[in-house]
Amino acid sequence: MADKIKKYINSLFLWELLKGLRLTGRYMFKRKITVQYPEEKTPQSHRFRGLHALRRYPNGEERCIACKLCEAVCPAVAITIESEPRDDGSRRTTRYDIDLTKCIFCGFCEESCPVDSIVETRIFEYHGEKRGDLLMTKPRLLEIGDMVEKQLAEDRAKDALYR
Amino acid sequence: MLEIIYQFISQNLLLPITTLLLPVDYQPQGLLMLQTVIKILAILIPVLVTVAYFTYAERKVIGFIQGRIGPNRVGFFGFSLWGLGQPIADAVKLIVKEIVIPTGSNRFLFVMAPILSLAPSLAAWAVIPFDDTKVLANINAGLLYVLALTSLAVYGVIIAGWASNSKYAFLGALRSAAQIVAYEIAMGFALAGVLVASGSLNLGDIVNSQSGSIIHWFWIPLFPLFVIYFISGLAETNRAPFDVAEGESEIVAGFHVEYGGMAFSVFFMAEYANMILIAVLSALMFCGGWLSPFQGIPGLEGLFAWVPPMFWLLAKTSFFMFLFLWFRATFPRYRYDQIMRLGWKVFIPITIFWLVVVSALVITDTPPWFN
Repeated sequence: MADKIKKYINSLFLWELLKGLRLTGRYMFKRKITVQYPEEKTPQSHRFRGLHALRRYPNGEERCIACKLCEAVCPAVAITIESEPRDDGSRRTTRYDIDLTKCIFCGFCEESCPVDSIVETRIFEYHGEKRGDLLMTKPRLLEIGDMVEKQLAEDRAKDALYR
Repeated sequence: MLEIIYQFISQNLLLPITTLLLPVDYQPQGLLMLQTVIKILAILIPVLVTVAYFTYAERKVIGFIQGRIGPNRVGFFGFSLWGLGQPIADAVKLIVKEIVIPTGSNRFLFVMAPILSLAPSLAAWAVIPFDDTKVLANINAGLLYVLALTSLAVYGVIIAGWASNSKYAFLGALRSAAQIVAYEIAMGFALAGVLVASGSLNLGDIVNSQSGSIIHWFWIPLFPLFVIYFISGLAETNRAPFDVAEGESEIVAGFHVEYGGMAFSVFFMAEYANMILIAVLSALMFCGGWLSPFQGIPGLEGLFAWVPPMFWLLAKTSFFMFLFLWFRATFPRYRYDQIMRLGWKVFIPITIFWLVVVSALVITDTPPWFN
């Protein structure tokens, strides 16, 4: 009975609402956690999965051996590979396309690659302005790989400890 | 300051216009009309600017409470200025957007509804006294006028919901109608308490009867009515936690689903103008209006004597306006039956009971308020 009366009086004097107001009022003066994106950026993991790239060996030879494991594992069927023996007899791709509009950035291609050729870089700020801009071809993937090779090598070295 | 500007405009602009354009017989009336128009502009332009920046304040305050920083990009001339250009950018966007009138709607009512909801909330400013002398229409039934106009706002909502010919809009309108009718009564009783306490319907007299000191203001003897008036004000303006009329999680946007562009923004302005009106009325009727909070305190009264009385009214109004935002950031929406229960079964009995208490206090000349 006394409990009931206490509850009734509390609800009449809006006690819990005042407690709620006090809480939100305190939050008003707390530090703001907004990251002002173009000027500030959140830290990235070295395992970040962004735009794809094809890597080369230090001597300039492309790593991909056209084993087509990535094509097979890709859950979104975003990778298309065609291959032919090169003049020196080695097995190489003649076509390596990734449809970024299909890709779900799961990273399975990277995991499946036996020679660390197809990788996902930390680049996430890219866009396409016309049809086909998001259909990556072999030369474009290699170009991206050349551009960020240093970062890629560093990130792989960091992750090697956990593999 | 304001008097000097007004005298200057009156002497150098309005007087020549009337003497040049009107025949001698009609000059005094013409001058009075032009002066009234100038006074109306002097009230409405600041009100509308406040409406615009109130939306900015809302986004900023709610952002701060949620650990965000709110709009801070749009500024003037390449300077971001904490996002102060945001309301103007929003206004420009809404003005250039097309107003789509649904095929099955009643065209005339559809266009009338936003106007019907904005006009009363602006018209009510006519009787708001800004200090002892600054009031557009010093009428005796000011309180009744305000009550009448704030009740009119419901017609805009109902007509909008009906004219849209959409089930969501219709549901929102019905909810809003029931809610506003319920809280109108509690609000009316709260105002009746003020009327009993001050013995006048004139808003200026109501404020003057509170003079003395901060404890002479009506917020102490009428405290339950004060709280109920403000909460009913929240319900009247369809603000959180009573915003079931919009109820975006259930009925999209309620009565204004079908409105876009400027028609929508007129509803938006009406809502904010109503909030400012409720805030200013709470300040006038319960918190001493333009009276200084330091009145009657020996040292401080002299220290703050230079502050214009209007400043105190604006400061109190800003506080109540901030409360609207604070409540919105804090409370979840009421369930509909709980809103009805609160209005009919809690507020109305409390107000009636307190009316009796206030009457008793007045009859027995209880100091310090009623002696």
